[in-house]
Amino acid sequence: MTTTSVPTAAALALGDDALVLSHRLGEWAGHAPVLEEEVALANIALDLLGQARVLLSLAGDEDELAYLREERAFTNLQLVEQPNGDFAHTIARQLYFSTYQHLLYAELAAADGPFAPLAAKAVKEVAYHRDHAEQWTLRLGDGTDASHERMQRACETLWRFTGEMFRPVAGLDADWPGMESTWVEAVGDVLRRATLTVPEGPRSGAWAAGAGRQGLHTESFGRMLAEMQHLHRSHPGASW
Amino acid sequence: MVTTTPLEAELLELAGSVPDPELPVLTLHELGVLRAVHVHGPDSVEVELTPTYTGCPAVEAMSLDIERILHEHGVRDVTVRRVLAPAWSTDDITDEGRRKLREFGIAPPRTGRAAGPVGLQLGPTRTLDREAGEAGEAADPIRCPHCDSADTELLSRFSSTACKALRRCLSCREPFDHFKEL
Repeated sequence: MTTTSVPTAAALALGDDALVLSHRLGEWAGHAPVLEEEVALANIALDLLGQARVLLSLAGDEDELAYLREERAFTNLQLVEQPNGDFAHTIARQLYFSTYQHLLYAELAAADGPFAPLAAKAVKEVAYHRDHAEQWTLRLGDGTDASHERMQRACETLWRFTGEMFRPVAGLDADWPGMESTWVEAVGDVLRRATLTVPEGPRSGAWAAGAGRQGLHTESFGRMLAEMQHLHRSHPGASW
Repeated sequence: MVTTTPLEAELLELAGSVPDPELPVLTLHELGVLRAVHVHGPDSVEVELTPTYTGCPAVEAMSLDIERILHEHGVRDVTVRRVLAPAWSTDDITDEGRRKLREFGIAPPRTGRAAGPVGLQLGPTRTLDREAGEAGEAADPIRCPHCDSADTELLSRFSSTACKALRRCLSCREPFDHFKEL
């Protein structure tokens, strides 16, 4: 472990990604299409929550950061706050994000920075998330006409949120352009094997989305936060 | 390597005898999650514990159990510190631990493998084959803990806990948990 001080903004950015996606996946509890997926999505959410707790604790008090910040103080990617939609939407979001997180954590684990211990641990967990998303993408894309159509629609809808992932985060030592080209290639390969068309829409520029890292979020995020923070705000300091 | 005093070794063994709260057939020593015990002074001990998964909720119960057993042994001040590096791996599970898992009906993780997911056949819905994964699978199959058959299939990548996958034996038809390689 190095003595490098922790870049707080970077810890918040990564912690918020994990926390927000964890909450979204938790919303599937009781609604997943089959029991195995109910369990799988909850387990992935739990892994992400564990990562979020470590990351937010590097930046301050985890509970205060999770439950008492306003929307504009969260710096998660807009991708992870997108509503679950149908199962295909959730899988497309998982595919895009897990692939990114897997590449990023692998880089952070290899670098000797303050995030190396967590990244070395989490990269192995995320490998299973990525595999889960890839297998479902293949199954839905190369499944029935209905599942193919829904999966294609989900991939298209979320595509414009994927450029934001590769804008450099201050304090994180990573090869962002290199990661982006690896990501485009890897995701493209999965989509093609799933008989899906790689979306052609913009991933950056005026018509792309993504200012989550600057604290600007999409409409549904406020509602998600209201639900996530309600209990803690109503009963300050309450614990199980 | 820091030298361990006889007292530290004794306390490490004591803390290691605590059963895992989720898999009580295993002790913390067999699970490989105890990293060290440091005696800082008379009646003051620090225990280093590493989580299996970052979000593993069992860590809190483990910490309480360690504190309890050391208190019972007369140590007044016990601090359990959570350490992440070096990261825990399923290779840290002892041979005895693997044997107990199998006896308990859980297929133990395979050793010395590259970390990460293994390509598998998904049934019953059609899925695309992954050639490389299947070759690896054939060389070192996951065996049924009940009848030892190598003919098993994956039902779900994530089972009752994040560290396990749900499989089914195609010989004796019993479903079983597999402790995933990490």
